[in-house]
Amino acid sequence: MSLEKSWRRLQRAVVETQVWKSIFRVGIPNTNRKRVLAMLGNVVLHLHPVKTRKSGVKMRYTWCAGGMTFFLFLVLTFTGLLLMFYYRPTIEYAYGDMIDLREQVPFGVMREMHRWGAHAMVIAVWIHMFRVFMTGSYKPPREFNWNVGVVLLVLTLLLSFTGYLLPWDQLAIWAITVGSNMARATPLAGNEGPFSAQIAVNGVNLVTAGSDARFGLLGGRIVGANALLRFYVLHCVFIPLVAAFLMAVHFWRVRKDGGISGPL
Amino acid sequence: MADTISTGAAPAAKAATEAPSRRSVLSWLAVAWLAFAAGVGAFVTTMARFLFPNVLFEPPSSFKAGYPSDYQVGEVDERWKEKFQIWVVRTPEMIYALITVCTHLGCIPNWLAAQNKFKCPCHGSGYYRSGINFEGPTPRPLERAAISISPEDGQIFIDKSRKFLYEKGQWTDPAAFIKTT
Repeated sequence: MSLEKSWRRLQRAVVETQVWKSIFRVGIPNTNRKRVLAMLGNVVLHLHPVKTRKSGVKMRYTWCAGGMTFFLFLVLTFTGLLLMFYYRPTIEYAYGDMIDLREQVPFGVMREMHRWGAHAMVIAVWIHMFRVFMTGSYKPPREFNWNVGVVLLVLTLLLSFTGYLLPWDQLAIWAITVGSNMARATPLAGNEGPFSAQIAVNGVNLVTAGSDARFGLLGGRIVGANALLRFYVLHCVFIPLVAAFLMAVHFWRVRKDGGISGPL
Repeated sequence: MADTISTGAAPAAKAATEAPSRRSVLSWLAVAWLAFAAGVGAFVTTMARFLFPNVLFEPPSSFKAGYPSDYQVGEVDERWKEKFQIWVVRTPEMIYALITVCTHLGCIPNWLAAQNKFKCPCHGSGYYRSGINFEGPTPRPLERAAISISPEDGQIFIDKSRKFLYEKGQWTDPAAFIKTT
């Protein structure tokens, strides 16, 4: 009995300190007003809706596919970040670092988790797209969000493409050779594509093997050191930032259009 | 109250004489927006040009390949395959240089001397020793590189940056082969 009393006294003492009150402004959320204030006053919590609708947890409807995709994205970001402590994107070190990651670093299975997670995210994003299509959740007012989703799909595939080069093994080099050779055949922007010869100033071709889209992608004429570094920056920084921004738009639109799996 | 009325009147009168016209505001805005667009355009252009380096650290595309007497008639020589991705082929009439890049999707084919053909390990494209394709998914023959005798020392000079395509009729160009008869 007295133990409980002194425990309560301790609690009250802590809760009434300036430090506590500066962090937790609202107190125990035991009224609806306090519940709302607690959510809205927190930077992480305010990103979520204050209430979850019953329709939002209909797994038979959503398959949780979008949620899975986002969860996998977070897993990949986190494991990728950890891998960055050991991997160097140069042609001297890339393959060796990858092998060392697997064999010498404790829990080096992180590298495999990153790779499997990437495969899983691509599969999940297709399943999510399929589900959205099958439930007609692309119809007005949700058409814009569908388009944002398509762009996110392309970004996911680009992340897979750029990440594939980083182990710098035979599979990586030839896959990217084939893929970047396709960039050569782009109309207007590829030096072996249609209409590229038409873009010339004073008889000097502007779109050549040293200045076309493929050159810009690889940073050179061959899949070499420049290409590795470029793909590393694209894979780790540029595309994730663009994807994160578009995901924010994607989730915002879902919220604004009535919440996930809300009635059409 | 009296205070606010009197102070209210003075700024109102001031504003009436100095209010900008609709036209001047719009033209000012147009100039401002144009300047902003120009600034953004300049930034994007700079960024795009930044991504195209002027100097590359890649292996040279032209090299001296020894003397014609180093190459046997009727043979496909692989000594430069690893370093420069070139096969030197000598026939009774001429010497030419084939670029070792498969014209299907860019892998490096193998020369199978026993079967007298180039065969790509990726998707099975097959070429005769002339470079003409005869099997597999490739749509066109291997490409030839510019080849000549260097006037300085008589060595064979191969320049991969100049390519000759059979399907464009370029193999008859004198820069595409060395005549040996």
